[in-house]
Amino acid sequence: MSEQPKFKVTIDNITIEVPAGTTILNAARMVGGEVTPPAMCYYSKLEGSGGKCRTCLVEVSKGSEKDPRPMPKLVASCRTTVMDGMEVKNITSEKVLDARKGVVEMLLINHPLDCPVCDQAGECHLQDLSYEHGTSGTRYEFDRRTFEKEDIGDYISLHMTRCILCYRCVFTAEQLTQRREHGILERGDHAEISTLLGKSLDNEFIGNVIDVCPVGALTDKTFRFKNRVWFTKPVDAHCSCTKCSGKVRLWMRGDEVFRVTARKDKWGEVEEFICNDCRFHRKSVSDWTIEGPSKIDRHSVISQGHYVGTKKQPVYIDKVIGKDPKLLMDIHKVSDVNRQEIELSKIDGPAHSDDFKKDR
Amino acid sequence: MKVLLEHAHVEGIRYYDTYRKNGGYRAVEKAFKMTPDEIVEEVKKSGLRGRGGAGFPTGMKWSFLAKPEGVPRHLVCNADESEPGTFKDRYLMEFLPHLLIEGLIVSSFALGSNATYIYIRGEYAWIVDILEQAIAEAKNNGWLGKNILNTGFDCEIYVQRGGGAYICGEETALIESLEGKRGNPRIKPPFPAIQGVWMRPTVVNNVETLAAVVPILNMGGEEYAKIGVGKSTGTKLLSVCGNVNKPGVYEIDMTQSVEEFIFSDEYCGGIPKGKRLKASIPGGSSVPIVPANLLLKTAKGETRYMNYESLADGGFATGTMMGSGGFIVMDEDQCVVRHTMTLARFYNHESCGQCSPCREGTGWMYKILKNIEYGKGKMSDIDLLWDIQRKIEGNTICPLGDAAAWPVAAAIRHFRDEFEWHVLNPDESQRRNFGLAHYADPIHVPTTA
Repeated sequence: MSEQPKFKVTIDNITIEVPAGTTILNAARMVGGEVTPPAMCYYSKLEGSGGKCRTCLVEVSKGSEKDPRPMPKLVASCRTTVMDGMEVKNITSEKVLDARKGVVEMLLINHPLDCPVCDQAGECHLQDLSYEHGTSGTRYEFDRRTFEKEDIGDYISLHMTRCILCYRCVFTAEQLTQRREHGILERGDHAEISTLLGKSLDNEFIGNVIDVCPVGALTDKTFRFKNRVWFTKPVDAHCSCTKCSGKVRLWMRGDEVFRVTARKDKWGEVEEFICNDCRFHRKSVSDWTIEGPSKIDRHSVISQGHYVGTKKQPVYIDKVIGKDPKLLMDIHKVSDVNRQEIELSKIDGPAHSDDFKKDR
Repeated sequence: MKVLLEHAHVEGIRYYDTYRKNGGYRAVEKAFKMTPDEIVEEVKKSGLRGRGGAGFPTGMKWSFLAKPEGVPRHLVCNADESEPGTFKDRYLMEFLPHLLIEGLIVSSFALGSNATYIYIRGEYAWIVDILEQAIAEAKNNGWLGKNILNTGFDCEIYVQRGGGAYICGEETALIESLEGKRGNPRIKPPFPAIQGVWMRPTVVNNVETLAAVVPILNMGGEEYAKIGVGKSTGTKLLSVCGNVNKPGVYEIDMTQSVEEFIFSDEYCGGIPKGKRLKASIPGGSSVPIVPANLLLKTAKGETRYMNYESLADGGFATGTMMGSGGFIVMDEDQCVVRHTMTLARFYNHESCGQCSPCREGTGWMYKILKNIEYGKGKMSDIDLLWDIQRKIEGNTICPLGDAAAWPVAAAIRHFRDEFEWHVLNPDESQRRNFGLAHYADPIHVPTTA
C-alpha cells in the first residue's frame, strides 16, 4: 500500500501533519480548540458545501514551501486545500478577526433575533458565532427583511426570516433523498428557500434538513414550542430500523421523549443521517433501546449543570499568543464563593458562606 | 486608428458576401495553415489583454488551458454585457457579426474546441437573430460544421441566451448558467481552464477579445503589438455615455490623453451647453469614480492617457481602472450621491445572494445612501458606509462584492464634502445640486492620498 503524502501545515503557530488534499478547516479541526475557524455553511458530510458564509476566512501568510508568497486575499478555509509548508493565521491575524466580525454583523442585520421563541435557541450555531465574534449592539437602523410565511409540510416548519442561506438543506435533499423539492428562489437579499408552487417536503430522509440547518430556519414541527433544548436531557438510543442505522439521540424530560434527532459530533455535524420514521413517529421510550446519556461539549448551554465530566476542548491560547491570557481579575483569588474545589451540587441545601470557610 | 471597426460603415457588412469582399475570413484561411500552438504563440506575442474588464493577458489565459487526452474542450464567448455604461460588444455584434464568428472559428481551432458557445444576455434578443443568421451564412459557405476547408477540424457555434442577470457575466456563473443551473459563481480553484463547462477545460473570453484575434492573425502578433503603448497593445473599443456631445462607440489606439478623448471633435466632442466636467467613471460602473482634476492629470501632475497603465496610475487612492471601457462622463449638474445610490441599488438588485457580506452588505449600503440622498442621513452614516464597503471588498467568492464596494469607496474618498453637504443641508439638497466645488479647473491636486 502506497503511503499518502503528508503535508506540514502551521496554523496559528501550531504545526501538524495532515494528508494531502485536506482543507485548511479540516486541518484546523484536527488541532482543535480555539484555532478552528467557525463554519456556518460548510458540512463535511455534504459534497459541494462551503465557501458561502465567509465566516471561516483565514489569512494564508505563506503559500507553501515551494511558493512562499502569501495569498493576496483572505481565503475560505473550508474550500482551500493545504500545501506543504503552508502557514495559516486565524486568531492571530487582526485582519481575519476584523473580517469575521464584519461577516457576523452582516449575518445578523436581517436575522430576526427572536431567540426567545425560537426552537433552535441553545443549539444554534449563529448564537455561538455571534457570542464569540459579534458585537453587543447593531448599527443597522432599517426594517429587517421579511418573507411571506410558507407551509412546507406537516413535519418541518420553515422560518425564512431566520435563514442565512447556507445551502446545506439544498445539498442534503439533493444528495440524500430521491428527489429534491426545494431550492433557492430569487436572488440577492430576496433569495429564499422555497418549494416550487408551494409543494410540501415529503421524502424518506428529508427530516435531516432540520439537523443540518445551522439556525432555526428549519425546525421540527412535532417539537414546536414543546420545550427548550436545555431543559431536555439528551440520551443516546438505538432501534432496529429497516431504513436507517437507527442510531439516534433522544431529548427527554422524565419519561417523555420530546424530540428525536441524529447524533451530532463535536462540530455540530450529524454522524449518521436518520429516517423520518425514527425522527417523527417513534416518540415513546418503549420504541428505543437506551444506551446512556450523550456527551455534549460544543453547545455549552445544554450541558450546563446537567452532567459531571463533560468533554472539554483543548486549550491552546497560551501556545498561540505565546503567553497566558491576561485576566482582568482572577475571581478565585478574590472571592470565597467561587472556589473550584467546592462543588455546589454536593452541598446539602442552599450554599452558605460557612460552607466555604470550613475547609480553610 | 481603426482596426476592429475598419469596415463598420460599409453598407451590408452584416452579410456574408460584403464581409468576404472586404477581406473577411482571411484570418481563418491563414489560421488553418498554422498549428494551434502557433496561433496561441501569435496571440501571446500580440500582448492582447482581455477586454472584458480585468485586463488579463489573453495568450497567457489560453496557455493555461488543460489538455487532457480524450476530454473535449470548450470556448465560450462572454457576450453577457451587463455592466452599466458598457455597450461596445453590442455594437460589434450588431454591425460586424461575422468578425466575431471569424474570431471564434480561429480561437476554437487554436484551443481545440469543437463546440463553441456564445452566451449572450437575454435583453439582446434581436442580436441573437443577427448572430444566428451570420452563423448560418458561415455554415453555408463552409466555414463551420464538419471538416472545415478539408482540414479535418469540426466546429459548431451555438448561441445561448441568458436570463438577464448581471452576475452571469462572471465567468463561473456564466458557466453554471450555460449548463442550465442557477447562475451562482463557483468557488475558485478549480479555474475554468481546468474544470469549466460540464467539468471540461474551458476558456471564457469577451466578445471584443475574440474579435481582436482576427486582426492579430491578419497582421501578425508583433505588428499588432506595435499599436498602442507599453503593455496596452492594440485598439480598444470605448462606449461613451453621459454628458458629452457625441456619445457612442469609439475605437482608440490607447495613445490619446483623456483630455483629448473627451474634448476633441474626433471623439466625444466636449461637454454640451458649455458645462464643465465634474467627474467620470472610465471603465464601466464597477470601477472607481474620479473627479475631473484626477481624471485629466495624475496625482503626480502628469497627463493621464486612455490606457490600462495610465488610468490605473496612483492605485485606488488617486487612480481608477480601464475596466470594460464604459466611459461615463458627468458634468457639473450631476449629483454624486444620487449617482452612487443608483449604483448601490443596481448591485443590491444583482447580487446573487450566495455569500453573506455581498448579499446583506449591498442592501445595507443602498438603504443608507437612500437616506443620505433624501435628506435623512447622519454624519456617522458616511463612516458606516466606508466600514461596510471595507468589509465586503475582497471577502466574497466573486468580484461582484468588490465591484459593489469600489464605487461607494471612491465616491466617499473623492466627494466626501458632497456627502457631508447632503447631510448638513437636508432641505437644500432636495432642491439643488452641490455643483462643482474644487473638482474642476483650476486643477486641484490633493496633498494626501
